[in-house]
Amino acid sequence: MNRASALARRALRGFAMFWWDFLVGDTPELFVAALVTIGAVAWISQVVHSNAGAIITLLVLAIGALALSLWRAQRGAKPRRP
Amino acid sequence: MIATTISSGVVVLVGAVFLACAVEMVEALTIVLAVGHTRGWRSAFEGTGLALVALGALVAILGPALIHVPLSVLRLVVGGVLLIFGMQWLRKAILRAGGLKAQHDEDAIYRETVAELEGLGAGVNRDRVAFVMAFKGVFLEGLEVVITVLTLGTSAHRLGLAVVVAAIAVVGVGIAGLIVARQLSNVPENLMKMGVGVLLVSYGTFWTGEGLKVRWPDGDVSLALLVALYLMVTWSMVTLLRRDAPLESTKEVAR
Repeated sequence: MNRASALARRALRGFAMFWWDFLVGDTPELFVAALVTIGAVAWISQVVHSNAGAIITLLVLAIGALALSLWRAQRGAKPRRP
Repeated sequence: MIATTISSGVVVLVGAVFLACAVEMVEALTIVLAVGHTRGWRSAFEGTGLALVALGALVAILGPALIHVPLSVLRLVVGGVLLIFGMQWLRKAILRAGGLKAQHDEDAIYRETVAELEGLGAGVNRDRVAFVMAFKGVFLEGLEVVITVLTLGTSAHRLGLAVVVAAIAVVGVGIAGLIVARQLSNVPENLMKMGVGVLLVSYGTFWTGEGLKVRWPDGDVSLALLVALYLMVTWSMVTLLRRDAPLESTKEVAR
C-alpha cells in the first residue's frame, strides 16, 4: 500500500512538473500574459459585449506579451556598462 | 466560400502538425543516430520503438477522451495552451534569428551525445544506457508532438487527419534521416521552428477567441489572416533584434 501510494505520488509529481515546465518553464511572463489576455478578452466579450474590442485586445495583448518577453531576453543579453 | 473556409483551416492544421512533427523528429533522430553509432543499433531501435508505442498509446487514449469535452471549453483550454506554447516557440526562433541565441546545431548535439555515451564505457548485447537514452530522446521530443496533434486535432474536429499527417512526417523524416545519416544539420530547422511558432500562435489566438465566444470576421478565413499578421510581427521583431544585436561574447546569455 505504501509502495503504491509512493508510486502514485511520484507519478503525480512528475505529471505536475511536466506541465509546469511545459507551460511556465523559463518564460513565466508568457504564462501570466496568456492568463491576463484570457481574462481581459472574456470580460470585454461577455460583459462589455464588444466583439471588435475583444479581437483587438486579444491581438494587442498576445503581440505585446511576445514583445515584452523578447525585450526581457534582449536586456539580459546586453553587456553591462562599467 | 465553403471551400476557402475548409482549406484555410486545414492548410494551417496540416502545416502546423507536419512542421512540428518534422522538427521534433529531426531532434529525436539525432539522439537515436548518436546512440546507434556509439553503442549499437539493437538497443537504440528497441528504445525508439517502445517510445513510439507509448506516444501512440497516449494519442489513442487521450484523443477520444478529449472529444467528449464540450467544444467551447476545449477550444478555450486548447487555445490558451497553444498560445503559450506557440509564443515560447516563436520567442526562441526570433531570438535565434535575431542573433541573441545560438542556432540549434544538430552536429553539435550529435557530437555531445556521442562524447557522453563514449564516456560511459562499452555497451553489451542489450545495452541499458542506449535503450534508456533512445527512449528518453524519442519520448520527450515526441510529447510535444502528441500535445500539438491532440490539441489541434481535437479542437478542429480533425484528429484523424492530424494523426495521419504526424505519421507521414515521422516516417518521412525517419527514412530521410536514416538515409542521409549525419547530414541532419542541413535541415533548415530554425526556420521550420519559426514556422511552427507562427502557426501555433495563430491557432492559439483563434481558438482562444472562439472559446471566449468572439466572432471572427469571415470565420475560419481569419486564421489565414492571423498567420499573415504574426509573420509580419515576427519579421519586424527579428529586424529590430538584429539591429540591436549585442556583442558576440554575450549572445548565449538569453534563454
